[in-house]
Amino acid sequence: MLIIGEKLSIIAKRVREAMLNRDKSPIQEIATAQWKAGSGMIDANIGPAEDNGEDLMQWMVTTIQEVVPLPVCLDTTNFKAIESGLKVHNNQWGKPLINSTSNDPERFPILELAVKHNCQIIGLTVGKGGLPADAEERSSIAAEIMGRAMEYGLPLEDLYLDPLVLQIATSQDHAIQVIRAVKMFQEMNEPPMKTVVGLSNISNGCPKHVRPILNKHFFVMLMNAGLTAAIADANEIAEAMKEKQQIDDVLAGKTIDDAAKIAETKKTIDVITGKTLYAHSYLEM
Amino acid sequence: MALAAPKETYAGRVFEVTIGTSKTAVFGGENVLPFHKFDGDTPHKPVIAFEIQDVAPEDWPDTVKEVYGDAASDPVKWALYCQNNLNAQAIALRLISTHPDRENRSADDAAKTVKAVLDSIEVPLIILGSNNVEKDATVLVAAAEAASSRNCVIGKAQEGNYKTISAAAMAQNHKLIAMSDLDINLSKQLGILITQMGFEKERMIADPMCSALGYGLEYTYSVMERIRLAALTQNDVIMQPPMLADIGMYVWKVKETQASEADLPKWGSLKERGIAWEAVTAGAMLLAGAELLIMRHPDAVRSVQKFIEEF
Repeated sequence: MLIIGEKLSIIAKRVREAMLNRDKSPIQEIATAQWKAGSGMIDANIGPAEDNGEDLMQWMVTTIQEVVPLPVCLDTTNFKAIESGLKVHNNQWGKPLINSTSNDPERFPILELAVKHNCQIIGLTVGKGGLPADAEERSSIAAEIMGRAMEYGLPLEDLYLDPLVLQIATSQDHAIQVIRAVKMFQEMNEPPMKTVVGLSNISNGCPKHVRPILNKHFFVMLMNAGLTAAIADANEIAEAMKEKQQIDDVLAGKTIDDAAKIAETKKTIDVITGKTLYAHSYLEM
Repeated sequence: MALAAPKETYAGRVFEVTIGTSKTAVFGGENVLPFHKFDGDTPHKPVIAFEIQDVAPEDWPDTVKEVYGDAASDPVKWALYCQNNLNAQAIALRLISTHPDRENRSADDAAKTVKAVLDSIEVPLIILGSNNVEKDATVLVAAAEAASSRNCVIGKAQEGNYKTISAAAMAQNHKLIAMSDLDINLSKQLGILITQMGFEKERMIADPMCSALGYGLEYTYSVMERIRLAALTQNDVIMQPPMLADIGMYVWKVKETQASEADLPKWGSLKERGIAWEAVTAGAMLLAGAELLIMRHPDAVRSVQKFIEEF
């Protein structure tokens, strides 16, 4: 399992300020912590970065790789910013990953960029017309992205299919569809297609204390479904790995000693699989 | 061999709720989807309450104002007219004048109005605030006290004021409307929060937020439908209270119930149009699962009652 350390996002205030002021130390501190906690790659999410995106991405890539011997995931919709980031990326630590292309024609040039620079790319299974309804629709979009990748000359092992994790608080039905999609994507090629998710989006909008619980359980379920990579907080993944045996036991219907843990796991799994309706206080029911 | 019609059975059941004291109204209690009486129990038919206000309905369109005429000048007369002349099963008194942007009447004033109305009618009373989160927290507490021991419905408790309102409804032994903003997950969350206060879920009525035909009705419909499915198929106890559709206030402010025939001759009779708009909206809400309706025009109420009787 490849963990792509997710903490360097422009959405976080501390990171945004560091990006604006070109203040290296918070960025390097976070990148180092993610590396130490087990990340195999660092996500650099600079948003759409309409002004100065090229400069910012270059600065992010070099700032991260100054202290961390890992490849970087270039996370932006800005074509030029990705291109300039790729130019300075140190491939000695591994191939960079572009986040992302999709089935939207506007994102096709980003796929060409991956071919040109011999790097990896995430194919987000959405098109131009709204969100996919279920795993089947995600798979049919995946097939189109795979076809395009082959046409452009991108080896399929360099493509990570992303089923698009949605917020459980507003789109509960999608959680199980994402797990199903991860299974279906693998069956679409031999060797199986690689898969990736933006894990924490599942709990976006949920109460703070509920977020890690949902993230960890969802991660274990996705891992069991064969997930290859996750953009996630490596510290949280380390915790999930510690809890995995317990969660798997509860999933398998075994009794474990910790009654509170059984209840938490059962309730969370029921919410993820859609057996009970989500509410912010679902754990208290 | 005789054909056995397939039956859909469900794990859950909607709570049965009784309101009022001398004359009561009962709704809920079914363990099937709306009108699917061929699948199981539907012990009670939906109940329709006539909406009245604590001030004359200056802001209502003529189509509805004309029906009540002078009677609407006083809430007691208005309530009696609905009970005696229109055979209302229940009355919904909206304390609209307490709104800070309106007459801004005090909670004490509201309590007096509630008491006066309750002293004169026998049918159950639903007591509604002005939908101002802060003001309702004081007005509905006073109203709940004034209505003590009359088994009324108090509403609406929302995310921002549910603590005080549900405490008052609990202390005075009333039923409580819990309203959330057109979102099934928020509806469940509010239900959990209210029950965590110690309020019994069996005394709640859920209002997922209504809307008028053509103005987002499909959203209300979908949320209600999913609430009912969660109640029945998932046996989700927080989703098992009966549902309210507060129809009149949404219907009688849309263009279709207000635009004159001179302006829009192709739309036909203004009066018929308005009545039909309210009746059709109400019919859709019943199909989505509402058990308690609040409506304004007697002709619309009559046609909806006919619809209910026919099924």
